[in-house]
Amino acid sequence: MVVLGLLGGGCGRRETEAGPARAPATFGLGRPATADEIKAWDIDVMADGTGLPPGSGSPVQGAVLYERKCAACHGKTGTEGPADRLVAREPRQGFPFGRDPTLVKTIGNYWPYATTLYDYINRAMPLNAPGSLAPDEVYSLVAFLLWRNDIIASTAVVNAQTLPRVLMPAHDRFVLDNRRGGPEIR
Amino acid sequence: MTDAPISRRALVAGAAGALGAHTLRRAGLAQAPALAAPPDPTKVPGQPTSALGQRSTFERPRRIPSGSGQGVSLSPLQDLCGIVTPADLHFERHHAGVPTIDPHRYKLLVHGMVERPVVFDLETLKRFPAVSRLHFIECAGNGSAGYRETRPDLSPQLVDGLTSTSEWTGVPLATLFREAGVKPGAKWFLAEGEDAAVMTRSIPIEKAWDDALIAYGQNGEALRPEQGYPARLLLPGWEGNANVKWLRRIEVADRPFMTREETSKYTDPLADCTARMFSFVMDAKSIITFPAYPVTLPEKGWWEITGIAWSGRGRITRVDVSTDGGRRWAPAELEQPVLAKCHTRFRHLWNWDGTEATFSSRAVDQTGYVQPTLEQLRKARGLGTHYHFNHIRAWRVRRDGAVSFEPEG
Repeated sequence: MVVLGLLGGGCGRRETEAGPARAPATFGLGRPATADEIKAWDIDVMADGTGLPPGSGSPVQGAVLYERKCAACHGKTGTEGPADRLVAREPRQGFPFGRDPTLVKTIGNYWPYATTLYDYINRAMPLNAPGSLAPDEVYSLVAFLLWRNDIIASTAVVNAQTLPRVLMPAHDRFVLDNRRGGPEIR
Repeated sequence: MTDAPISRRALVAGAAGALGAHTLRRAGLAQAPALAAPPDPTKVPGQPTSALGQRSTFERPRRIPSGSGQGVSLSPLQDLCGIVTPADLHFERHHAGVPTIDPHRYKLLVHGMVERPVVFDLETLKRFPAVSRLHFIECAGNGSAGYRETRPDLSPQLVDGLTSTSEWTGVPLATLFREAGVKPGAKWFLAEGEDAAVMTRSIPIEKAWDDALIAYGQNGEALRPEQGYPARLLLPGWEGNANVKWLRRIEVADRPFMTREETSKYTDPLADCTARMFSFVMDAKSIITFPAYPVTLPEKGWWEITGIAWSGRGRITRVDVSTDGGRRWAPAELEQPVLAKCHTRFRHLWNWDGTEATFSSRAVDQTGYVQPTLEQLRKARGLGTHYHFNHIRAWRVRRDGAVSFEPEG
């Protein structure tokens, strides 16, 4: 809306009130992101493997790294803690987590996607040096944890091609939120 | 006690000496204030003006922190009045500590399925038309202390201290998405934080077009570091974890990213051996914050029961209060303003006859959802579920006036 009152202020003409300006479709603010700055921050990995970098790792290589960088918080075998317990397939049947509050959720019995392991370890682990691991190191730790959870063989190689194909035991257990408000308790 | 009007707090504090240990544990009152009150404040000049105000030295509300960078810090609900949480008492939940971010170097990157990948610095975010809105944020796990192994010596802070309401100021995410030009087919976006967890959550894009904000203001000033300084995602009514703090990157996509938080953590195992994911909305809930443990009522007679109610689906339309263990319910008075996705203060006058009584509150929201009983919620979710604990909370008052927490409404 233009400021008619000022522009058309001739004698005898009734001034038109200047209303608030209507917002434009875009303001033209912000600057274009460069390819480099997108690349530096775009570290996420999707379930189909999009975002996984070149590199690879094996359970054997991962075992060495795990001992050095992870065991202090997650325990020698991934079951001792004190941080999140990482290893356990039990209970192998039924997924009864909702019924039994004593069950511990682990990679082997609860995580639905193997790619999430890469994404999370790469961005946030180890706790005292997040983001410090090279792709081969992350792949190796992912391989070690999948092997310890009886999901892949000890000889398996984990890379951008093989990781998205790993089917996690809990993959089919997840459902979308069906709460919608209204009288029903869900 | 005199006949003059006397505040409830003074009454409760006065009762502490007479009735023993219960009220002494009330955290919000200082036992030995740093600045002593003169015998007659009208006979001595007062303190000078100051550059930064401070609480009365007689008032000492405190959060209860876990002391861990991956921990929580509970807001003292029993010490608060009205609906707004003072920023320094807003609850905390962090996954790798509170980062220190230089506002001059801050930038927010929006990319992915957009026509124009774009970077906004803080000044640019503030140049867009701003909105200010009152909304609660509640941690998805709030209320877990009242669901399984409960104790009578739980205060409102320990039961439900992971919810807070602020006036948030910021730019609607829809404005930024129009600026970047979201491509057809976009259905989700990833929100990523600049903390050491590089926290990520996938959010349905409808929320951006609805009411999501990039907030940089909290209760009239810049965000506190603990709440995401210099800018955070605000998703009114949705579980706290999805309201990513220290927001540095938004990536628009056609599907969710399946991050660690939205798969292995913030999902709800159900009694039917599935787990619910992307359960964002916080359902209607209420809690009485007075009288509540550790208060002891010094005498029978008129008391005002008060508390807060909220729903992630809209406005609270009714709060019922029962003073007989849930047999009969009466509508409480809802204090204005009653706002969508915001704490609502309720009040209910109660003439306590000095006998043992159990009192509780039950919220109803604009969708017709009624806050469930513990039994209803356990039936729907199972005992092992981990988040969204919104069942009815109750308190029991004994004949001696001592109040304790009761998980069963």
